[in-house]
Amino acid sequence: MKIKLVYFGRPREHLKVSSEAVDVPAEASTLAALLAWLRLRGDVWAQELADSRVRCAINQEFASLPAAIKDNDEVAIFSPISGG
Amino acid sequence: MSVLIQEVDFDLAAELLALRAGNSRVGAMVSFVGLVRDFSHDETIESIYLEYYPSMTEKALNKIIDEATTRWNLINVRVIHRIGQLIASDQIVLVATTALHRGEAFAGCEFIIDYLKTAAPFWKKEQTKVGSEWLETRASDVKRMEHWHNDTTGK
Repeated sequence: MKIKLVYFGRPREHLKVSSEAVDVPAEASTLAALLAWLRLRGDVWAQELADSRVRCAINQEFASLPAAIKDNDEVAIFSPISGG
Repeated sequence: MSVLIQEVDFDLAAELLALRAGNSRVGAMVSFVGLVRDFSHDETIESIYLEYYPSMTEKALNKIIDEATTRWNLINVRVIHRIGQLIASDQIVLVATTALHRGEAFAGCEFIIDYLKTAAPFWKKEQTKVGSEWLETRASDVKRMEHWHNDTTGK
């Protein structure tokens, strides 16, 4: 399954990536599973992408960890928002 | 109704003039301007840095504005949010509303800034002498947003 990942806030800075195209295994079909799969990259990834540290969006809508991911989705991973 | 996300500063007087231009039904205009403070957790802030999610941020703000407009019959709304590097006393955000009467203009403006704080994707990093830190959603902001759930005006 091919998806686009975009990063904002703390994970963008600490992972030193703002966007990437990835081919994720079929079993990483929810946000929770996708984060777990990305944490396998180790080190700072395992630390930064802990479920409690990040929030997500799918196709520009906030989404929670059980949300399903489809082919060609844009998945955003970011720290809790703080505007205004 | 319009949303602008920009690095440059805004001119409050010019924005307000434009917001009510050509509509003599407007009986009330309310504006909120958020400013950069120079302190946080007893540390002096040297600067802050703001980023956003192009397309999602505008979408989220428009949704908030639509809800406020319906709920309080707002005539016009302007939201400007700055991004990039800002220093103490800089203007960060403008929310301005017009309505027939002050009650609607006040409530609509407050609703929009309360929701912006908790539902619009912006990320703020504070730079102090000891380092930098990404801020997280404040519990007090979530509380302010949630109080609107119990307010049934216009619902």
